[in-house]
Amino acid sequence: MENIAEYLKAERNKEWRAELRKSMKAKERTSRERVKMIEEDPNVRNKNSTEVNLGLTADMAIAEAHRCLDCPDPTCITGCPVGINIPKFIKNIEAENFAGAAVTLKETNALPAVCGRVCPQEKQCELHCFYTQKLHKPPIAIGYLERFAADWERNSGKMSIPKIEKSNKVKVGVVGSGPSSLAAAGDLAKYGYDVTVFEALHEIGGVLKYGIPEFRLPNELVDTEIETMRKMGIKFRTDFIVGKTASFDDLKKQGFQAFFVGSGAGLPRFMNIPGENLNGIFSSNEYLTRINLMHASSDEYDTPVISGKYVAVIGGGNTAMDSVRTAKRLGAKKAMIIYRRSEAEMPARNEEIKHAKEEGIIFMNLQSPLEYYGDEHGRVKRMKVQKMELGEPDASGRRRPIPIEGSEFFVDVDTVVVSVGVSPNPLIPKALKDLKVTDWGTITVNPETMQSSVPEIFAGGDIVRGGATVILAMGDGRKAAAGIHQYIQEKIKSN
Amino acid sequence: MPALIQSWNYIRQKEMSEILEKEFFSKNVVRIVLKAPEIAKSRKPGHFVIIRVDDKGERIPLTIASADAKKGTITLVVQKVGVTSSKLAGLEVGDELLDVVGPLGQSTHIEKVGTVLCAGGGVGVAPMMPIVEGLKKAGNKVITILAARSKDLIILEDQMREMSDEVIVMTDDGSYGKKGLVTAGMEEVINREKVDLCFTIGPAIMMKFASLTTKKYNIPTMASLNTIMVDGTGMCGACRVKIGGKTKFVCVDGPEFDAHQVDFDEMLTRLGAYKDKEVEAYQKYLKTVEA
Repeated sequence: MENIAEYLKAERNKEWRAELRKSMKAKERTSRERVKMIEEDPNVRNKNSTEVNLGLTADMAIAEAHRCLDCPDPTCITGCPVGINIPKFIKNIEAENFAGAAVTLKETNALPAVCGRVCPQEKQCELHCFYTQKLHKPPIAIGYLERFAADWERNSGKMSIPKIEKSNKVKVGVVGSGPSSLAAAGDLAKYGYDVTVFEALHEIGGVLKYGIPEFRLPNELVDTEIETMRKMGIKFRTDFIVGKTASFDDLKKQGFQAFFVGSGAGLPRFMNIPGENLNGIFSSNEYLTRINLMHASSDEYDTPVISGKYVAVIGGGNTAMDSVRTAKRLGAKKAMIIYRRSEAEMPARNEEIKHAKEEGIIFMNLQSPLEYYGDEHGRVKRMKVQKMELGEPDASGRRRPIPIEGSEFFVDVDTVVVSVGVSPNPLIPKALKDLKVTDWGTITVNPETMQSSVPEIFAGGDIVRGGATVILAMGDGRKAAAGIHQYIQEKIKSN
Repeated sequence: MPALIQSWNYIRQKEMSEILEKEFFSKNVVRIVLKAPEIAKSRKPGHFVIIRVDDKGERIPLTIASADAKKGTITLVVQKVGVTSSKLAGLEVGDELLDVVGPLGQSTHIEKVGTVLCAGGGVGVAPMMPIVEGLKKAGNKVITILAARSKDLIILEDQMREMSDEVIVMTDDGSYGKKGLVTAGMEEVINREKVDLCFTIGPAIMMKFASLTTKKYNIPTMASLNTIMVDGTGMCGACRVKIGGKTKFVCVDGPEFDAHQVDFDEMLTRLGAYKDKEVEAYQKYLKTVEA
């Protein structure tokens, strides 16, 4: 940590930064209003898949960057799971060196254009901003600025490639290609390893591709970030399931010295209530995969999807919001969120809830499904819902929902998306007998190094956490890459 | 955008699966031998693959009929029933499939139990082949029933005769073998001798009645389910079906289950989820092919 503190200090003491600080009085900086994101009109965007947030203009970004005080002790960084040098990239924007801002982001973040869009900054960097903590004013729009710098670089057509160490020819395998895996792969490549990413699906990106919809994260943008990683020398193999297509032992025989497992929380949970297997009832994973990965809503593609006029989405997380807003875009007259607690307890980001409301999503909070009923073809047509009230806080710290007897009522639906969480994907734990897992099926790791009970296997993201955010997964990936580096270097030394 | 797609194919760095052999068993049933060295090496009886024919295509599961680890090939048998199966059957030797991933699912549990009755219907006979082979190798007496609507839909008879102790052919219309449903053939064997275990693979409706038949006689029975899938790795739950009252995922928990526990009616309903869309898409496809 000392090194990092010294590095931050040295960077801050550079002449250009000192000059910039002097160029405007702190009082003037803090008197300015936080920038507002340009958003597409709700009644236009709820009928298409274009992005909701349109990004900042250069003038807006520069103005917002001026608000940043370039604090001597930048607390914002402590809120960032991948440790971006936030003041440095923001001051680059203020100095109108947008390329420099992008390079700074990529020092520690393999996917800045993604994080600038889907990170919950309000709970991380922006929560720890001096403005939030001490001035009690709206924080610097760090997320918007990150997105601005990443987008500017992409649109410039000149993507910078992060500096990488000379190849050490040691092979490391990365299992899965979601955010934790890409973060791990990026760092391992920087250390000089020969990295191969193995992906089960036919596209790289994991949840960034199949899960998060176009209107929040365009797939093209994920591909651009992956293209950069390919230029760093990282190899990608699609249609390859480690543990099935080839075993870990097979790969070790091919020279792989260590593995990062970021296979994700790919096993959807259902509620096990009557009628849940009727047609027209999906997991959010299936619904979103059909639409985002398989393009089911386009006539040109062969994969079909059922998406009706009366759609109920069960749950209150970001995935539930993604599903219900997708249903609206596919032509639902009534797109409803049914959530068993109140809005205050919703795990979804405030921004997503706000956007959903603007788009005409109906929120049925403090309600929970009891049973589904089908028509003569086995398609869901109605559901029984029970009202809830909040009791004492439970283990999660949120107030526990308690059913209200006799409050049951019926809702007509033709599509239901169950978005009540996911369990760890069982493929990897099943493929490795010696791998220690928890009762929930998540892989047990050393939290410092992310090393599992099998020494050469490290893990991170949802397969360890059981369901979290893109950025926490990426933080795990970075930590694991450092752990793998240490493990391999020690192994080399002892030989 | 086109530049991006070009680079995308480069990014994927995957081996395309070339079609090495192709043979029509009948007008609508085709046997395809694919290059897939890693899958050929890793697969066991009962495993399946997910394929995607082209970049607009859907992902469909197909059970592996046989594999040659030395040659690095797997064999699939496909019946033309819709857009994807027709696209696949329309490919020629030398063409490549965009995606083949596997082997998926749990492999068949094979051990010596005595006499095993294997009831295969239609193209279900193809995935039955490695099971019959495995059972025979394990020292069982294997009686195989091949059932289909008519003679031209009976497949792999010679291979099955080679691997089984006895083969009974049943056709609905009596155009070949004995006239009658698969269940008639099963009853004949069961009434004649002691059967210790039964396997059934075929259309869901056939497996339902095969299962009801063995249930009457308390013969343990395994069925290999062919549900709708998307990813095939447990991620989506499209393939879910109730087994003994509990929801299971065919892709990771199966594809083989205790047939007497399977809710075949629910499975049949779920298989029909996209019937209208499938029929519409198939007719549209046939028009474009004819045009």
